[in-house]
Amino acid sequence: MNEIVFGTLMLVGAALMLLAAVGVLRLPDLYTRMHSTTKAASLGVALLLVGAAVHFQDYGVAARALATVTFIFMTSPIAAHLLGRAAYFVGTPLWPGSVRDDLRGHYNRRTHELESVITRPSRRTLLRLPRVRRKPLGGDGRAPRP
Amino acid sequence: MNPSPIGGLIETALVAVIVAAILCALVRVARGPTLPDRVVALDLMTVLGLGLLTVYAMATDEPVFLDIGIVLTLVTFLATIAFAYYLEKSADAELPGDER
Repeated sequence: MNEIVFGTLMLVGAALMLLAAVGVLRLPDLYTRMHSTTKAASLGVALLLVGAAVHFQDYGVAARALATVTFIFMTSPIAAHLLGRAAYFVGTPLWPGSVRDDLRGHYNRRTHELESVITRPSRRTLLRLPRVRRKPLGGDGRAPRP
Repeated sequence: MNPSPIGGLIETALVAVIVAAILCALVRVARGPTLPDRVVALDLMTVLGLGLLTVYAMATDEPVFLDIGIVLTLVTFLATIAFAYYLEKSADAELPGDER
């Protein structure tokens, strides 16, 4: 019974780690690759460590394994956030099929300030809005709805 | 005492899967177009090494190796943070004057 439990845990953990590695190899973009490694590899190594704790059946080993898991779960998002932020500042390109980039045009890279006004490129080209021709006010005094 | 460090079928399968994952990450390290790609792949490789270490500790019945895992995660975290700091500072330094 014990062997079934830790064998399942460790095999699932190793499969998740392989999934993370395949994602790193196959995904098209730094940011998608980072999402693959951060989540799948963290969960995979956590399952491996819990499997080792089940295998050894010792409180000291279990405490160390759980401490390692807690440490990984606390530090892995921070490291991924910092690395993604730095990579965005360096100008690592997004995948061309990415749907949206919320910081584009809003972020001053010199002062690291967010601005609500889109400076460049202009809002119309960024959102691919059609060019609106402004009409004069109608007879009822209200502005025409776009 | 087990004469071979990797004995059972489960351990062999685990080592095979993790080594395959390390090879995938190694290909990305060699091929990665930008520097952060390589850093992400190296980060993944240390996590995979931690998994290999856990399997080795389990196969040899030596729980001492799990202590190395704690140190390894700490060093990896600090290395990633230091690299991100360096990358961000270098990006600030080479920014031209009128660039937004």
